[in-house]
Amino acid sequence: MENELLRMENIVKTFPGVKALDHAAITLHKGEIMGLMGENGAGKSTLMNALGGVFPPDSGEIYIEGKKVQIHNVHESQALGVAFIHQELALEPYLTIAENIFLGREMKVFGMISKDKMAEAAGPFLRRVGLDIDPNETVGRLSLGQQQMVEIAKSFSLNAKILILDEPTSSLSENEVEVLFNTVKDLKSQGLGIVFITHKMAEVFQLCDAVTIMRDGTYMDTLQSANCNENDLISLMVGRSLGNYYVRSFNEPGEVVLEARNINAGKRVKDCSFSARKGEILGLYGLVGAGRSELMQAIMGLDPMDSGKVLLNGKTVKHPRPMFMQHEGVALVPESRKTEGLILKNTLAFNITLPVLDQFMKKLHVDKDKESSIISHGMNSISIKAASANVTCNTLSGGNQQKVLLAKWLSTNPKVLILDEPTKGIDVGAKAEIYTIINDLAKAGLAVILISSEMPEVMNMSDRMIIMRESQITGEIKHSEYSQELILKYAMGVMKNG
Amino acid sequence: MDKTASNYFVRATKGYFKQNWGILSALVVMCTMFSIFGSNFLSGTNMVNLLRTCATNCYLAIGVQLAIILAGIDLTGGALAALSGVMCVMTFEKLGLPIWTGIMVGILLGLFVGLINGLIITYTGIHPFVVTLAMQSICRGAAYLIANGSPVTTTNKEFSAFGTGSLGIVPYPVIYMVIFLILDYFLLNKSRTGRHIYAVGGSETAARFSGIDINKIKILVWVISGVMAGFCGVVLAARLSSGQPSTGEGYETDAIAASVLGGTSFFGGTGTVGGLIIGVLIIGVISNGLNLMHVNSYWQFVLKGIIIIAAVYFDMLKQKKQNAAG
Repeated sequence: MENELLRMENIVKTFPGVKALDHAAITLHKGEIMGLMGENGAGKSTLMNALGGVFPPDSGEIYIEGKKVQIHNVHESQALGVAFIHQELALEPYLTIAENIFLGREMKVFGMISKDKMAEAAGPFLRRVGLDIDPNETVGRLSLGQQQMVEIAKSFSLNAKILILDEPTSSLSENEVEVLFNTVKDLKSQGLGIVFITHKMAEVFQLCDAVTIMRDGTYMDTLQSANCNENDLISLMVGRSLGNYYVRSFNEPGEVVLEARNINAGKRVKDCSFSARKGEILGLYGLVGAGRSELMQAIMGLDPMDSGKVLLNGKTVKHPRPMFMQHEGVALVPESRKTEGLILKNTLAFNITLPVLDQFMKKLHVDKDKESSIISHGMNSISIKAASANVTCNTLSGGNQQKVLLAKWLSTNPKVLILDEPTKGIDVGAKAEIYTIINDLAKAGLAVILISSEMPEVMNMSDRMIIMRESQITGEIKHSEYSQELILKYAMGVMKNG
Repeated sequence: MDKTASNYFVRATKGYFKQNWGILSALVVMCTMFSIFGSNFLSGTNMVNLLRTCATNCYLAIGVQLAIILAGIDLTGGALAALSGVMCVMTFEKLGLPIWTGIMVGILLGLFVGLINGLIITYTGIHPFVVTLAMQSICRGAAYLIANGSPVTTTNKEFSAFGTGSLGIVPYPVIYMVIFLILDYFLLNKSRTGRHIYAVGGSETAARFSGIDINKIKILVWVISGVMAGFCGVVLAARLSSGQPSTGEGYETDAIAASVLGGTSFFGGTGTVGGLIIGVLIIGVISNGLNLMHVNSYWQFVLKGIIIIAAVYFDMLKQKKQNAAG
């Protein structure tokens, strides 16, 4: 095609243990807005990172305006006219708009940086994105939407032809979204090609000319948005063959152990209610940022709860406090093992015993035998591979760290175990081991709540599933009704029953 | 039982040498040098003197080390000691109250200032360096204001005995030091609070997710540090028979030097009482030895500064190596 701007073909990228991109592809034309969709982990951002020079691909071809190019780093990518606007904006908050636009390329008069000259030069770029603000304004004082515009203006100063927007609306207000959309349409009419990564169906139909779907790092299809509907997109995004390393023996669930009623906490948790039963694995699915972790942290008393009720075995807990909840047998295994979960510079023994010090430390006396029995029990019951309990956690692999984290919370002998993304970033072998452990725990009568953004994981491991979207629980599904289409509909706001 | 106990003791001693061999050999080298070049370094009287100087530094260093384990700092020590000393002597000299109330006032003042430090650090999120630096200035100013710019003297023998008396040849301040070190050891090694201190210092977020009340721990640490400074002030006042608003200048530097020499990392989460003792001894030996060799005492300031930088740099190299391993 004559006005072809970008073509990426057969892009392969492997990270240790994961094939992130497996023959991914995308084509973009001048004056086109191309949506890029796929589940969490489908490889959307990785593909764009390959184009942006953040993670150069292992193999594959990239053509820009028909010419084959090699991109090894961000600089080469920028020189080719690619501008990547990341979800987290990369502006210096204490510098002015003009200074940010020309960061690293400051304009000088007689060897001195000239603010006036930069402000003057920034003007046209700002007008192109419709930003009518003094270029000498400090960036930190702008709204997020305006900051995004500054980033786009900055990319013009670098002569960008291809603009990549990674979920640009995720932290914008409705008005700001409208402004952004108008700007993007305007840029399209100026002949730019725009890749628009999004999770929101509505945005695709409202804004994009076409949409490319990815699944498991592979190119699925490109559809013209005028000729397709939501169901077409969803069925392309899911429908993968599910791995067979899930271990699950379903049992009859017992009585309700933990119940949450109308929980409100901050911006991320609105009117959420659910219950967890003995011997049952309750899945909690939702896209990243839906408020899943925040809901559980509010229930544990880790974050303040604005209103709502938490019931344990039918009894109301007035003000949940982490220590109290732990004593009552509720354990939360947090998502980030490196920051929230473990103290990496300390030993396995220190970490495993941290929540249960009261079991062996009393009145300035340490019961060494009890301590070592807790440690060895923790290490053996889930077979942690480490030279000894006295090695520091930063020497362990991700999978083993995850197991230490599990052992740490299992040492509290919980009745309700909340697992936040328990297999994130660990290899397939360790995943299978973790699944076995989770299954055994449910069999032993624990109520397990499994938070995950990996759909196959929740579908295969849970008995029942609740789905969160934008701070709310939008749906609850029984195992017999599980289907990827249905789950995605709830998660993306196409449907609601909660 | 006896056998396992002695085995445990042997293991603990071995571990201690293995962990601290670096600074231990530095201490031995210094002692050897000073006993060759300075006369009387190894004499009994000098050893007693040496320990006496170590004692006041040690009180402060115990508190400062706890703050550093929390990845914080306490710079209030020297100035707070001066303020506590002044208040202590004023209480029985000017108000005519019994001696022990003066001592209590000095210590409680330390507790109070430590509490303020802890509350500000915990609830405003201002960096401990800034809070305690400001508090240092406040305390120093308050000490001069209350004492009206000059020392508040006392002739009370009972009070001065609190700082100058001795049991046999062991001075009281050294006995206090030993008691505090034992308490510190139990706090850090045998109590839940101690483990919580290490946990909060290692990672505040992980500690919070472990159900630890991190605010309580932080406040407690600065309160302990304040109490130690208050006690230090009382002992200094007793030794000098006066509450001097100018006393304790630069003491916090010695306390920090002792902590970092003893292997306490500014990154937080590590530090032992055993290491601290060696750190305190090294700082004491440097002052004492250089005095014996008649080196201009101003050189000591220069030397201590160099030591702090070297010790912290050494710790950074160690951390880097660890991070590379992980």
